[in-house]
Formats: sequence, C-alpha cells, structure tokens
Amino acid sequence: MSATHAIAAPAVQLAAEGASAHRPLIITLFSVFVAITLAVTVWAGRRTKDAADFYAGGRQFSGFQNGLAISGDYMSAASFLGIAGAIALSGYDGFLYSIGFLVAWLVALLLVAEPLRNSGRYTMGDVLAYRMRQRPVRTAAGVSTIIVSIFYLLAQMVGAGALVALLLGITGETGKNLIVVFVGVVMILYVTIGGMKGTTWVQMIKACLLIGGTVIITFLVFHKFNYNLSSLLGAAAENSGKGAAFLEPGLKYGATTTSKIDFISLGIALVLGTAGLPHILIRFYTVPTAKAARKSVNWAIGIIGVFYLMTIALGFGAAALLSPKTITDSNAAGNTAAPLLAQEIGGGADSTGGAVLLAMISAVAFATILAVVAGLTLASSSSFAHDLYANVIRKGNATEKEEVKAARVSAVIIGAVAIGLGIFAGKLNVAGLVALAFAVAASANLPTLLYSLFWKRFTTTGALWSIYGGLISSVLLVFFSPVVTGKESSMFPDVDFAWFPLENPGLISIPLGFLLGWVGSLFSKDEGAGGAKYAELEVRSMTGVGAH
Amino acid sequence: MDTAPEHAHSGPPGGRDYTDVQHSAEFSELRSSYRSFVFPLTVAFIVWYLLYVLLSNYAGGFMGTKVVGNVNVAFVFGLAQFLTTFLIAWWYSRFAAAKLDPKAEALKTRLEAENLQRATDAGGTARPESGTIGHQADPRDQDKGELAGQEDDA
Repeated sequence: MSATHAIAAPAVQLAAEGASAHRPLIITLFSVFVAITLAVTVWAGRRTKDAADFYAGGRQFSGFQNGLAISGDYMSAASFLGIAGAIALSGYDGFLYSIGFLVAWLVALLLVAEPLRNSGRYTMGDVLAYRMRQRPVRTAAGVSTIIVSIFYLLAQMVGAGALVALLLGITGETGKNLIVVFVGVVMILYVTIGGMKGTTWVQMIKACLLIGGTVIITFLVFHKFNYNLSSLLGAAAENSGKGAAFLEPGLKYGATTTSKIDFISLGIALVLGTAGLPHILIRFYTVPTAKAARKSVNWAIGIIGVFYLMTIALGFGAAALLSPKTITDSNAAGNTAAPLLAQEIGGGADSTGGAVLLAMISAVAFATILAVVAGLTLASSSSFAHDLYANVIRKGNATEKEEVKAARVSAVIIGAVAIGLGIFAGKLNVAGLVALAFAVAASANLPTLLYSLFWKRFTTTGALWSIYGGLISSVLLVFFSPVVTGKESSMFPDVDFAWFPLENPGLISIPLGFLLGWVGSLFSKDEGAGGAKYAELEVRSMTGVGAH
Repeated sequence: MDTAPEHAHSGPPGGRDYTDVQHSAEFSELRSSYRSFVFPLTVAFIVWYLLYVLLSNYAGGFMGTKVVGNVNVAFVFGLAQFLTTFLIAWWYSRFAAAKLDPKAEALKTRLEAENLQRATDAGGTARPESGTIGHQADPRDQDKGELAGQEDDA
C-alpha cells in the first residue's frame, strides 16, 4: 500500500498543477456533453413505450447508426487511454492490443451477428437458451452476462475515478469518490430514462467526439513530422531511450518464457472475447434485419479500424514528444499519455492551444467512460430483467410492463454496485480487469453461442457445463494469478497465493469452455425436442423467418 | 410483443415444425454455401492472426528487419492485419449479398406465406392465439421488408 501511495502522490500533484489552469474549460466542455446527452436521453425516453423500445431501441436504427453506436460502445477507456499509454511506454507491444481488438470483429461478423439478430429478441440469453431447457440455461446466461459486465464496468469506473481525479486536479479520496458517484448517477439516468434508444444516441454522440478528437491529434502529430511515418517512429524510438527495440515486438512480453505464453493467452482472449461480450451482442437487436446487422458490423469495423490505426499516432506521438518520465510521473500505467500529448502538441502546458486541446481530449475521455458504462449497465439490467426475472423467477408470467420496470430497478442496483466497487476498488489494476472481461466472455459465452448455432448434437447439459465451466475456471485462474496477488503491481501486493503464472487465463479457460460444452453434450442424452428445436433455430437464424 | 411469454421465446408463429424445411434442398443449399464460405475463412484469419502473434513472440530478429526507413517487418505485418480484416469484411459482405441474401429471402417469403396460411386455416381452439400472432407479426414484417429495401437503395 505504501508503495502505491509513493507513486500516486507526486503524480496527482503534478497533474493537478498542469491541469488546474484549464479546469474551468474541462468542466465546461464536460458539462455541455452531459447536458446535451441528458436532453437526448429525456427525448428518447418520451419515445420509449414498450419492451422492444427499452431493450432494443425499437429496432429502427439504421446500419450506419448502429455501427457508430457499436464503435462508441467498444472504444472504451481501455482502448483510447490504455492503448495510447501502452504504446507510449512499451512501444510495439502496445500496438498488438489494437490489432487483436480489431481482428476480433471478424468472428462477430462471420459467425454471430446475423444469426443472433435473426433468432434472438432482447438478450444473449435468448439465443443461448433457444434450443435448451429455458430456466437453467437462462440462469447461466444471466449470471455470466452480469459477471462479464461487472468486471468490464469495474475497470471503467476505476479508470474514471483515477483519470478524473488526475485531470481535474481533484486530490484526495473524497473528491475522487464524489466523481465516481457522479459518473454512476448520470449513467443510471441514461439507462433508466432513455433505455436502449437513449443509450444508443449517447454512444453515437460519443463516437463522433472520440473520432473527431483523435483525428485532430493525429493530424497535428503527423504535421509535426512532415507526414512521414518513418520519422515519427524514429523519433519515438530515440526519445524512448530504448532505440530500435522500441519498434520491435518483445519489449513488454518478450522477457521470459512465461511472459511469452502470457502474450499468446492475451492474444487469444482478445480475438475471441469480442463476440461474447453481452453489451456488444445486444446492439445487434437495435436494427430491423440481419442485413442491417451485417451492415452495422461493417461500419463498426471501418470506424474502429481507422480509430485503432490512429492509436499509432497517439502512442508513438506521445513517445516521440514526451519524455518517458513525464508519462509515468503522471500515471504509472501511461493512462494519461493521450491527454498529455494533446497538451504538448497544442503548444505546451502554458499555451492556450495546449489548454484547449487538453480540455477537449479530457472531456472526450469522460464522455467515453460515461457512455461505455451506460452500455454495460443496460446489458446487465436487460439480462437480469429478461432472462432471470421474467423467464426464471416469474416463469414467463411477467407482463411487459413488469419486465421493463424490473430492468429499470436493476439498472439502479447495478449502477449502485458499480459505484461501490469503483470506490472500494480504487487501487485495482484496470488493464487486468478489461483483459479478464474478454477472457471470461470468450470462455463462458462464445462456446455456447457457437455450439448452439452450428452444432446439432449440443445439449442443455453441454451448455451448462460450458458456461459455468468457462466462467468459474477463468475467474478462479485470475484470482490465483499475479493480477491479484504476489507482485508489486498486483491488487494485493502484500499477499501471495498466485500459483497460476499467467496474467490472462484465456489460454486455459477458453479451450476448457469449448471442451466442456462438447464433453457435456456427448455425456448427456439428446433431448427429444432437440432435433426439432435445432431445425427451428437453424431455419430462423439463416432466413430470418419469424424474427422479432 | 403481447404474445404469451412462454411462446415468446419458443418459436415462430403457429409453432410449426421446421424439420422438413431444414431437410429441404433449398435450405441445404443456403446452409452449405454459407458454411463452406464462412468456416474456412474463419480458420484462415485465426491462423493468420496466430501466425502474427507467434512470430512476434519467437521471431524477433525477422520482425525487426527494416523495410523502409524505420518501418520494420513487424509494423508491416501489423498493418497487414488491418488490411486483411477490412478485405475479409468487404469480401464476406459481397458474397452474402450476392449468394446468401436472395436464397434466404426467397425462403423467408415462402415460409411466412405458409405460416400465415396456417394461421388463417387454424380454426376452433387454436384460433384466438394464432390469430393474434399472425396479425401482429404481419404488418411488422412488412415494415422490415420495406426498410431493408430502402437500405439497399442507399
């Protein structure tokens, strides 16, 4: 604990000094964003009448709109701040995140988006439980959705707390906690008032702001280096003090055999995680047809791809123009590299240009966190209301009104849980949590999703083994990994029960999830209705007949 | 939306058995053209991505080779992953629009007409329920069709 404070104290001070002059501007820009998005939310809320409006935004968004909203949901603080920081500090190894996060979309495009849109209704559980015995599988799907979302949520809230405190120069636990509570309350308002309609518009606005801000910084960075990628990379390598190694793989993950295996594990979790993230999957229900779902993934791939290409300019630009010490002094993990770069490229700490750009990028970062958190809360409250409350607890006898009310109430509860976790988990490792969310999603959700859609012999037992097996193994392996204990960078550095050497469990838990689904199906009897149910699911998923 | 919840997740209007459709030549063709395109492509891009991950790990010297100025093989490889992702997305969409969508839509139109017929034919006890569902599902599906059409024009 004392080590954490020693690092945190000067960092807070330094950022507070740099940012204090621009605080009014940052606060103004952010307030404008909150005011506009809340107005949009209220407007959307007035147009939210039935369950399809609340859960799926009325299914009337166009492919482009949804593609933009997917991008907004996907480009989280981990992408924007995390990748820029990772590249700025570890060079090429940081860029690997961008690649994994993007390639992952092909799994969603080719195998998941369209069949999901055709056969499901509101949640991931709709598709997982389609052919199965409803209650046990919906329970499993609901539990898994909520756990994945809470891990993702926790990472965003912790990031929000730390970042906001640094950028606004609010020091001390009370100020930071107030910010976490504020973020939580605004997010609860988005979800409970606006439902999926409001949240989708918030995502679209945020995506435009994030892309706009990133384009400006990218343009300025390249302008500084005469639009020459090679000289940007050369300057980054030299300024980093690591030389050519900065531009080659291995700076962060190449040290030992274990770290290399860890890298493979991370790579697999990233590429397979996206198509199992519940808050991404429910976005496919907001468009009218499977064709529009395909179109929205294509737009998302284009937008997200361009954004991740620009992380090259953000990350290597920060490495080239800021000293490594400036970056780590502000945030040991590099999470503030992008805002610091904005300040530098605008003309430096004392210039108006620097102040304006810093304020702009900071406001964009807030907007990013707020929007992603809202998307996650919506996903978990939808799953709670639709899977657990309506279909398991009330056994399908809840009215639509009761179901939507349950979703609103659970959004408040989940929001409160997120606020609590954000306050109590202030010192947790954010990157570990995001990677865990991807690994858990790939282990618990993806196997069942793919088996359900494509394997005739799959059974309820297989689904349960796969979901719970993937869920429990991935969470346990992380619990016994260096992310939680045993290292200085761990959540609890003073204890050590880390017998599992990898920081990311994907290499073990993802194959295990697939294996359990297969073995569980082989060892159980194919239910009598299995054949007919699968026929129904397959015909629906491929043709869209009877789609909601 | 107002259908009885226990039916809501368990199937299409009328609760018909789709086994015959699943075994029909028309559907088999649709399925095999989808699967024979998508499965090999998925394996290919995952292998291509893993190759990249493994080379980054175990072929540092090769990846560090300079290509142009400070741009090395690792960088070109990374950008190539972006490029292939864009290309695969474009290729699949073109394939789906040309080969899958017409077949899927023809089948859908036929099945929906059949389902509507069943709903209309169904008399007696089943009448109120299936009637409601049929009437509800119908105008909405029409909506969807129109929307999809608009998008095609755009």
